[in-house]
Amino acid sequence: MTTHKKQEEQVDGWQGVVNDWSAEKENFNMPWGKLMMWIFLLSDTFIFSIFLTGYMNVRLSNVALWPNVSEVFSLTIAGQHIPLILIAIMTFILITSSGTMAMAVNFAYRGDRQKAALLLAITAFLGLSFVGMQAFEWTKLIVEEGIRPWGNPVGAPQFGAIFFMITGFHGLHVSAGVILLAVIAKRVRQGRYDKQGFQIVEIVGLYWHFVDLVWVFIFAFFYLW
Amino acid sequence: MKQEVDQQHPISMYLKVWLLLFVLSSFSYMVDYFQFQGILRWSLILVFMFVKAALILIVFMHVKWERLAMKLVIFLPPIAIVVLISLMYVEGDYIHFNRLASFIN
Repeated sequence: MTTHKKQEEQVDGWQGVVNDWSAEKENFNMPWGKLMMWIFLLSDTFIFSIFLTGYMNVRLSNVALWPNVSEVFSLTIAGQHIPLILIAIMTFILITSSGTMAMAVNFAYRGDRQKAALLLAITAFLGLSFVGMQAFEWTKLIVEEGIRPWGNPVGAPQFGAIFFMITGFHGLHVSAGVILLAVIAKRVRQGRYDKQGFQIVEIVGLYWHFVDLVWVFIFAFFYLW
Repeated sequence: MKQEVDQQHPISMYLKVWLLLFVLSSFSYMVDYFQFQGILRWSLILVFMFVKAALILIVFMHVKWERLAMKLVIFLPPIAIVVLISLMYVEGDYIHFNRLASFIN
């Protein structure tokens, strides 16, 4: 019976879908936490999509001039005026943290908890520096450029509302992720998951990659468009 | 466990994907730096964005190694988002037209 069942499980594709859903067992062969994380990420996808769709609608229908985003987010470093540089650095940091996260999952499943904990800590640190840069960016926009959710001196008044809403919501996700990563890193190092397995690292990883994924879309649509 | 066997990929794979993401991000930054405009700008931004998103989803989030039943859970519902975006695009265009028309009057 067991061999038959194993064979059935190994079939993937549409026959696999039918098997998974029709068999008298759990539909998804994974820890419940992982499945729930995917469901949560799916709902989060909808939230961010609705924000970005709202932004698209506002930008399409606006008759006022949209601010030159490239200029708004430019920085002068060592006398050089570089457009959008801070956002580019933030993008690189988030991508790097995604890379270290993926490696942390890999080492965790190999049972190398020291390396996994170290990589998790690096990921958390990179996330923290991302939030720090975002705080710097917000401060610059609010204090120096006078951008508010209800208006701004550089163009269409909706710019501020959209900016604070979308990047604020994303920043909250990053902050929550940093806390989660720090806690899990500590627990992995202490060996709390040695017996029950390291699925938790993969679950946190899914969340973290999703935060990076959302940033890819925000970077493209809000900062580059 | 099957789960754990699935995760045994060499570290070099992650480094390659990470490098690729880095290069793609640089390219999308270059689009702005060199001030490409019009269709070229938008299409380049979209291409880089979709390739990056696909890499993160497929490799980093391990969707490639999930069963089809799971992939359907992830990819079917967002079709609703595509519908919403299409509708709101038409809507936004229409409002824009009406606003311009009312200014002329």
